[in-house]
Amino acid sequence: MKRRTLLKGIAGAGIGAALGGLGITRAFAEDKVKMGFIYVGPRDDYGYNQAHFEGKSTVAKQGWVKAFDEENVPETIEVIKTMESMINLDGAQVLFPTSFGYFPHILKIAGKYPKVMFLHCGGLWDASKHPKNVGSYFCYIDEPMYLAGIVAGHMSKSGKLGYIAAIPIPQVLRNVNSFTMGARSVNPKITTNVVFTGGWANPVKEAEASNSMIDQGIDVVTCHVDSPKVVVETAEKRGVMCCGYHTNQAVLAPKGFLTTAEWNWSKVYADYAEMIKSGKTIPNLARGGIKEGIVKSSPYGAVVSEKARKNADDVRAKFMDGSMVVYKGPVKDNKGNTVIAAGKEYKQTDIWLESMDWLVEGVIGAAKS
Amino acid sequence: MMRYLESFAIPVGALLVSLLLFGLFITVAGVNPFDVFASIYRGAFGSWFAWQDTLVRAAPLMLTALCTALPARAGLIVIGGEGAVVVGGFFAALIGIVLNGVFPPFLVILGMMLVAAVAGAVWIGAVGALRHLRGVNETISSLLLNYIAIALLNFFVVGMLKDPATLNKPSTYPIGDANMLGAMGSSSIHWGLGIGIIVCVVLWFLMRRTTFGFGVDVVGGNVRAAQLTGLPVGRLIITACALGGAAAGIAGMIEVAAVHGRANTSLNAGYGYAGILVAFLARHNPLAIIPVAILLGGIRASGGVLQRAHDLPDATTLVMQGIIFVVILASEALYGRLRWLQPKAQPA
Repeated sequence: MKRRTLLKGIAGAGIGAALGGLGITRAFAEDKVKMGFIYVGPRDDYGYNQAHFEGKSTVAKQGWVKAFDEENVPETIEVIKTMESMINLDGAQVLFPTSFGYFPHILKIAGKYPKVMFLHCGGLWDASKHPKNVGSYFCYIDEPMYLAGIVAGHMSKSGKLGYIAAIPIPQVLRNVNSFTMGARSVNPKITTNVVFTGGWANPVKEAEASNSMIDQGIDVVTCHVDSPKVVVETAEKRGVMCCGYHTNQAVLAPKGFLTTAEWNWSKVYADYAEMIKSGKTIPNLARGGIKEGIVKSSPYGAVVSEKARKNADDVRAKFMDGSMVVYKGPVKDNKGNTVIAAGKEYKQTDIWLESMDWLVEGVIGAAKS
Repeated sequence: MMRYLESFAIPVGALLVSLLLFGLFITVAGVNPFDVFASIYRGAFGSWFAWQDTLVRAAPLMLTALCTALPARAGLIVIGGEGAVVVGGFFAALIGIVLNGVFPPFLVILGMMLVAAVAGAVWIGAVGALRHLRGVNETISSLLLNYIAIALLNFFVVGMLKDPATLNKPSTYPIGDANMLGAMGSSSIHWGLGIGIIVCVVLWFLMRRTTFGFGVDVVGGNVRAAQLTGLPVGRLIITACALGGAAAGIAGMIEVAAVHGRANTSLNAGYGYAGILVAFLARHNPLAIIPVAILLGGIRASGGVLQRAHDLPDATTLVMQGIIFVVILASEALYGRLRWLQPKAQPA
């Protein structure tokens, strides 16, 4: 009997604490800008999610911002519930569901919360179809990828590059193509082997692909997966060079690291916070590249030669003044068809680039399975 | 009466012990455990909103748990729920796309459910058949079948069934808004919860109140004895596996028909693996799966509040689930050993 009484006591204490807790958490200051961030993977993945988390951490340093986040939220009804929980329990004014696959779920509840702004990372917002309290933001990260390609082109001795990619979608293909075109601007004989692993987080396949590429004589690898950690570490261990993706991975590969195409979400999120604070209308569609400062290259690794640095810096200057166009004809795909005719050029903002389904000449691999 | 008391008191006691251990863990992590428990309560059960959050997350777990629980009654450790969800969801979408507009929504939904159940049943039934006929280890084969299911889904979703409008998130064509499972009443909980509860109750009746269920339990308890008494061992094993697979297949159909409206890689969101935990905590009893799934749904729901209110990583809820899992498994040893919970000896 004594044991049961004890258990009752513990249960009672628990309920009491629970009721007390409710009062405390409600007492937060009301005048802060409340921003909620949602990631599909872990905050410390050395990749896509960490890039967003770093952006959130920077904006959270402002005294007038209250930023909160959730990691590992699947692209199912759970993200709907997470968003609603942030709105109902934490009073979020603006939400940043950062994974691409969250978009249909955002549309399902945006109408229910007209005062909350839903900003999705991916550039899908369409004025004719979507509500006014939804928006998207995205960056032309293939610009720093092109620069990484230039560096890789200079550094590779074998002329064979490797690209480990998740799935053959336009975003990924554009990065593979830009990287390859950057490298071939240095040496037109360079080839890029591309392997699609079939998922955003497949560490085992990513390691296998890296190893088999290195076995084939590839001496620079890069990737487009959620977490480049495995690829970068495998390259370092096998003594070849690598370019990362999403965030700076220099610490993971002190010897072979060249550079990375990085997001600069800190600036994006700080800008949004300022807009909300000053009561400005948030634009539904925000895009930008190197010029706008929302993507960047990591500092070059120690091995990167002077010549490579100079070449990449020169092209970066051209991105800055807007004179650089990556997709300028004539461009052939890797099956020999002309995809961009001579004299034709597609600027970064061109919507045609966002339905890319081809791989550029010099890429070894297929865009369609 | 005392028999029921035991099967109630031990799990509840184990749960309290695991909460105590989790509280210690939280204290070591430098956070006040009472604040954390308050947040868990607030996030999981503290309001009608929290309850809806919990129940919606619990719904798929009920069905995927059955995929492990039923074969376990026949003595098989099957961890292929994830694959059955994917296969069920994929075939449900396929049939939904084909029948969309041809039949009224009620029939389309029924068709999707049937096809998903059959697909899941064949998928896990094959695991049982391989085990019985060829002696293939069912744990390994069901795990590997998960990867095959995901690969097949990827193949079709980026290939011949891809809706060209889904550029950066390849998905099949939609099944049509009319064919979606709606919400129950005025709540935001979709009908997946209702279906999950009904399936659990029906399978509980089948497993605990019929000769079939008794036969499966005998096979699980002692195969030699079952063979000696002339029970159709193979048929019982394969049927138990197929029923479990059918339940997980329906979970896949619900993901498609109540959440996504089409099939894509979001089908393998880990519900199949979370279901394994639920099945073991419920000691493979289909009726006990309902409260256990709700408890786990609540933990998942409160995981978000823990991250936001206390800056704890998402892994905190995994630690909590792990502690509960280990303590409950350890508490299995207590059954029949606590004298004060045993029936009084009958007078001679």
